[in-house]
Amino acid sequence: MLSYEKYKGKLTVRLKGELDHASIAPIRAELDQLLNDPKVKHLVLDMEGVSFMDSSAIGLVIGRYKALARRGGSVSVTRTAPRVDRIFEMAGLYQIVEKRA
Amino acid sequence: MKIKNEMRLDFPAAGKNESFARLVISAFVLPLNPTLEELADVKTAVSEAVTNAIVHGYADAPGTVRLHAVLYEDDTLKVDVIDNGRGIEDIALARTPFFTTCGEDERSGMGFTVMESFMDEVSVQSKPGRGTTVTLVKRLRACETESARRA
Repeated sequence: MLSYEKYKGKLTVRLKGELDHASIAPIRAELDQLLNDPKVKHLVLDMEGVSFMDSSAIGLVIGRYKALARRGGSVSVTRTAPRVDRIFEMAGLYQIVEKRA
Repeated sequence: MKIKNEMRLDFPAAGKNESFARLVISAFVLPLNPTLEELADVKTAVSEAVTNAIVHGYADAPGTVRLHAVLYEDDTLKVDVIDNGRGIEDIALARTPFFTTCGEDERSGMGFTVMESFMDEVSVQSKPGRGTTVTLVKRLRACETESARRA
């Protein structure tokens, strides 16, 4: 269901629709399955298609950050709307997660 | 203060109703012609409060969540999100950024912080074992359209 591409250890996933506590559960499961591949070191979450987001997404990103940091990897987010930035900044997320243009 | 409109909605504490509650509150404030920003603020805060009721109030057990919204004459919106769940022992602690009782479930503990930044007032009433009411207040600056006012 998730649209993604893998290239040289970098996994880019395009999130879309409304991200809340309920909708995030299947996304988390699918993401973790993709991250089971030990070759993946860097996760890029493309947020362009996200039409709604609450604080549930903070937990999702921090959880994946912890998993990847354990294997020396990283998480970044890209194409975030100002509203998405506002919620991520509230949690200080950009101190651990890079925001790409 | 005179009431312009009011609604009550009871729904089961199920995850799918988080998006339903957002749709309902959007429909309720839409006649006021709010800005997209105001609409998103209200939707996000309601989403947080409803999620809290489901995840913390009822801890994913069956229960009913009530959404009670009032629109006053001066375009102030008040939304109560009410559950009869387990309640909160220490409200001040629950409202602290990053505090969560669900470490396993990757909850960020930012729900109340998000509500507080998107609404003008957030208050919480809770009794352990009895339930919790979260009250969200926002003064909507947008005005009704001329046609809506004439109607």
